[in-house]
Amino acid sequence: MSDEATQTLPLDAWHRDKGARMVPFAGYAMAIQYEGIMAEHQWTRENAGLFDVSHMGQLQLKGEGAAEALERIVPGDISALKPGKMRYSLLLAEDGGILDDMMITNTGQNLYIVVNGAVKHQDIAYMRAQLPESIELVHMEDQALLALQGPKAAEALAQLGITGREAGWPGPDDLYFMDAAPCLWGEVPLGISRSGYTGEDGFEISVPAEHVTALADALCKQSEVKPIGLGARDSLRLEAGLPLYGHDLDPAIDPVQGNLTFAISKARRNASGFHGSDRILAALENGPDKKRVGFAVEGRMPVREGASIFAGDIEIGVITSGGFAPTIGAPIAMGFVAADHAALDTQLEAEVRGKRVPITVTKMPFVPNGYRRKGKS
Amino acid sequence: MSRYFTDEHEWIEVDGDTATVGITDYAQEQLGDVVFVEVPEAGKEVGKGDDAAVVESVKAASDVYAPVSGTVTEGNAALADDPALVNSDPEGDGWFFKLTLADPSELEGLMDEAGYKAFVESL
Repeated sequence: MSDEATQTLPLDAWHRDKGARMVPFAGYAMAIQYEGIMAEHQWTRENAGLFDVSHMGQLQLKGEGAAEALERIVPGDISALKPGKMRYSLLLAEDGGILDDMMITNTGQNLYIVVNGAVKHQDIAYMRAQLPESIELVHMEDQALLALQGPKAAEALAQLGITGREAGWPGPDDLYFMDAAPCLWGEVPLGISRSGYTGEDGFEISVPAEHVTALADALCKQSEVKPIGLGARDSLRLEAGLPLYGHDLDPAIDPVQGNLTFAISKARRNASGFHGSDRILAALENGPDKKRVGFAVEGRMPVREGASIFAGDIEIGVITSGGFAPTIGAPIAMGFVAADHAALDTQLEAEVRGKRVPITVTKMPFVPNGYRRKGKS
Repeated sequence: MSRYFTDEHEWIEVDGDTATVGITDYAQEQLGDVVFVEVPEAGKEVGKGDDAAVVESVKAASDVYAPVSGTVTEGNAALADDPALVNSDPEGDGWFFKLTLADPSELEGLMDEAGYKAFVESL
């Protein structure tokens, strides 16, 4: 690790108090683990885990035509997003490469956007340069962000008596996956969405920094909730098949190569008008040259980021995320392979420390997700 | 028999010209849950400070270095099925490999138990 100064987040002292091991990440001191990654991972899959993700960038876009303006740099149908709805999208470079992945919510007042902590400052500079001056971009630096994730997240959150902020807005319990609402916890305004990055049901809660310690305490008082570190966050998202920006996605990858075509809204597949749309729509039509896929790994040896992938003697790809999957009890991985090797059940090999390890292209998520969708209980 | 320690958090228990090598309790605590261990095969020659084994936690892979030069006589086969032995009994059943010492004088640069304890406390 470098010695460059790391900033502290609003919950810094709280984490240390809870026995967290702190490491530098995205320029901040962050909790990597408390009791251990394996135990924290299992706890989240069975109960509810509280994650501090306050390093992420929380932005607001305001002004007439903000959604239409944003559509020039993201491939999602943002102008069709109704108040209280959110969408996963991608910030695109002019050539269609992925600069970041993000969550965009129509709050009814503005567009609320959450971007990755490690690239938030460059995202902001890029968006400011790309968007018309009439659109205001606010970096909500005084907001903390918590994620409460797991099958018992709703049960735990219900104990706090949080309500919809105004008539017409649902409380947290009435939200379905990818819904969001402005809420009140006593006097404290919260922005709550039913979303997350673990594959489990759960919530992301934007809270003023001065109230985040009280909120974290109130949540951890519930018997279902324990604080969970970045280590388990990574193993959970890998099992959920979700890409991690800077590892599985980067500016050299377009959304079709990234296997994120669901983020290219139908309504936008005929409109050229977003960055890289020629390249991206052509890749949709003709198929990408390479593609992000998941792998089952034979044996117990983890296959990690950077391992080369071979079909016989020919190198055809690279692992971009990999590790031991606690829920599965075996290693899993994600990576890019040439398109003609991307079909399910394709047998390949990864090279680890000079040894070949058999891997098989497998569907993702690796662990079924537990999202609360409408029409399901 | 005497036990020595390295500043890379390995222990080496010496009995005549043979020795057993593992990682310390402090090391396993730092690594967290061990999910895979790659031990050297019998017959492999290692130099002092060479990569001799690999221990993998959920998060990352770490090298284990040979505390002294020698020839490996046995890797701990039990770790293949139960890598968590490194967490539960790092300085006992969770040993990594045994070797025949090439140059017992290399032990002189290592720490004894009291020295290692002081070293860990200074971290």
